Amino acid sequence: MKIFKIITAVLLVGFLGIQFFPTTQNESDTVPITDFVLVNTVPKSVKEKLEISCYDCHSNNTQYPWYNKMQPVAWFLKDHIKKGKEELNFNEWTTYSNRRKVSKLRSIIKQIESAEMPLYSYTLVHREAIFSEEDKLMVINYMKSLKDSIE
Amino acid sequence: MKTVKRSIATITLATIMVVSVSCKDEKKGAEVTPVEKEMNDTKATSMSASEDVKAEAILSDYFNLKDALVADDNSKAKQSGLLLSKSLQSLDIANYDNKNELKDIIEDANEHAEHISESDIDHQREHFKILSKDLIDMVAVTGTKVTLYEQYCPMYDGGSAWLSTKEEVRNPYYGSQMLTCGKVQREIN
Repeated sequence: MKIFKIITAVLLVGFLGIQFFPTTQNESDTVPITDFVLVNTVPKSVKEKLEISCYDCHSNNTQYPWYNKMQPVAWFLKDHIKKGKEELNFNEWTTYSNRRKVSKLRSIIKQIESAEMPLYSYTLVHREAIFSEEDKLMVINYMKSLKDSIE
Repeated sequence: MKTVKRSIATITLATIMVVSVSCKDEKKGAEVTPVEKEMNDTKATSMSASEDVKAEAILSDYFNLKDALVADDNSKAKQSGLLLSKSLQSLDIANYDNKNELKDIIEDANEHAEHISESDIDHQREHFKILSKDLIDMVAVTGTKVTLYEQYCPMYDGGSAWLSTKEEVRNPYYGSQMLTCGKVQREIN
């Protein structure tokens, strides 16, 4: 029994200890002029869906949940957002060459079609981010038309 | 006496476990070496001699990747994707006239090669399609000494092209499922 007490105590101290490590937040007041929604004529319904379902991890501004105040959640999310932005950052849309825009659009379409995005771990908490069949069709059709206009 | 026997048995068992685990590790180590060797080889060739060599190294890594996909070999395709990504990054774009276009091509191709190095085979083939387009465009800028065949499969994703050094069609998008599906669209050189 004593060993359990010691283990619990160590874990508790560790948990409390890591709370003192701050992480920088992915937050910004302004939307840069290079943003996807600003430079393309995106229908309002598509814009809203993108901002709710994609922008948390694919832009410079995350709407954090309350539990992001807690470690190790904050680390986990930070890592997640970093990876998401590396793959695709809607805020930096115009900095991509046309070739890469087409590549990104192709991936966006594929990932939404196959329901790989938004991630299950994300929609588990953010129920409003789930794509209904109509949402899928709406966003994919827009992305396809945009892709055709660039190609 | 009983406890002594038991502890001897436990120690023996533990030893066997440790030994068997370390054996496995050794095997793993041995498997990794050829890959590393290959990497060094590619580097060695691309570092020496002229600029063309680097573009040819890209093509050669691309053909290894294509062959892996023809053989439905997911893990070999991953390795080739990684090597290709490295050779793409080592191309000296500044030596060419069409710098901006070539930079875009290489950046895009590199992203697809990186994805190929960590995906399942279906995703690898999706990325291979765009990668192939990038490399066809790259060859238009860099040129090549080798005779290449641009081949085309009308069935995969609304029609998809790829490059090969042989005229005979071996389909990287379907592998063994439809090995000879496709045709030669163009001969380069």
